[in-house]
Amino acid sequence: MNAKPKKIYAPLEDKLIRSLRAGDTVFLSGVIITGRDAAHKRMVDLIKAGEPLPFSIEGEVIYYVGPTPAPSGRPIGAAGPTTSYRMDQYAPLLIERGLKGMIGKGRRSGEVKDAMKKWGAVYFAAIGGTGALMSLCIKEAKVIAWEELGPEAVRRLVVEDMPLIVATDIYGNDLYVTGPEQFKTTSQGQI
Amino acid sequence: MKTILTDDITKVVRNLCIQACTILGEDVVRQLKKTLEAEESLTGRMALEKMIQNAEIAAKEGIPLCQDTGMAVVFLEIGQDVHIAGDSLQDAINEGVRQGYRDGFLRKSTLDPITRVNLGDNTPAVIHVEIVAGDKFKITLAPKGFGSENMSRVMMFPPSAGIEGAKDFIVQRVIESGGNPCPPIVVGVGLGGTFEKSAFMAKKALLRPLGSQNPDPTLDALEKELLKKINATGIGPMGLGGKTTALAVHINSYPTHIASLPVAVNIQCHSCRHAEAEL
Repeated sequence: MNAKPKKIYAPLEDKLIRSLRAGDTVFLSGVIITGRDAAHKRMVDLIKAGEPLPFSIEGEVIYYVGPTPAPSGRPIGAAGPTTSYRMDQYAPLLIERGLKGMIGKGRRSGEVKDAMKKWGAVYFAAIGGTGALMSLCIKEAKVIAWEELGPEAVRRLVVEDMPLIVATDIYGNDLYVTGPEQFKTTSQGQI
Repeated sequence: MKTILTDDITKVVRNLCIQACTILGEDVVRQLKKTLEAEESLTGRMALEKMIQNAEIAAKEGIPLCQDTGMAVVFLEIGQDVHIAGDSLQDAINEGVRQGYRDGFLRKSTLDPITRVNLGDNTPAVIHVEIVAGDKFKITLAPKGFGSENMSRVMMFPPSAGIEGAKDFIVQRVIESGGNPCPPIVVGVGLGGTFEKSAFMAKKALLRPLGSQNPDPTLDALEKELLKKINATGIGPMGLGGKTTALAVHINSYPTHIASLPVAVNIQCHSCRHAEAEL
């Protein structure tokens, strides 16, 4: 882990993606999109049916979040990460179609990690349960698709210095495996 | 006999929803700070610092602590000498939840389990009623996020599994959950009873203040043993490695049947939210 968080910008450049290692802390700024369970199902259903998506995922970073409603004067409400494994069955196809980054919490499946390696995508962990703090990093938010999904609608966000940790890099290093191994002091159980 | 009006219940429930979702209990903040002092993992320390900072921002700015403002779980303790007047109690509570989630800009997360169409107002609440002696009327509102709820389980063990089997199950559940339920977690355990009684006890155990001691010495020892085992797993804050995986283990027990050993594990994220009021 680097001592000082590195400032990075979305959309992510390939050179940057290659330089990131599991355990690095970063501050992410730039433009990203959001999507969680319902939006992922719709995206994958459309791709499988050969239909176009109402927005592009190529080169994008997607944040797994379902925010609370924006009070007046703010672009968005609380906006911390949701648990990523529920997106695992959809993520490999999106990565194949050009998705470059994912932000969520919790470990990913082998299939997702393989797709990340093959197509060059990175997975960032945000600190779960810090919705108020993350909200202050979001400067603009606009629904760009499927408004009827409410909190699950797809949004485009302009973010500034989002505190993230590289959880899984394109080389297959996974902090969800190596981190706990380092601090484990028991023989019980397999992660 | 004491009379309580359902209109008053609605108002109280509305306010409790907003309070619980924006103000983290002092006991939780204290425990997070204590944990930070002992944490050796750099990512773990960063996560804990952000959690503490988040609680400060949420209280100051009135932004919910977490975007998952949960399903509204309501515990009622109603004295047998209390008369409830007005509308139906259930309607009054749901109206309070509706108003609280609307006025507090909280997320509406409830939906139909088959069509998965959002119901739009975060009702209905999950309501648990206990009738107690006297004329007490206590409402506890515990918004439950589902990142941690999804990691919870009930296991109906055969008696041969014994308490060792129960312990292994509890620790293994935490290990398999990893970073998903937003550690450091609170582990609520229900030992014994029936299928649903064990789950209810596990849920209710989450309401006990952090740092408090179980009045039953056997359960107290068991809680301490399990907490030590869970924190030896190395899972750490947010599952990224560290010394603190759980803030506490809370156990409730009840006699069970000669044929069984029910064990329920209800996992609670670090945003251990609940607010209570007496009318």
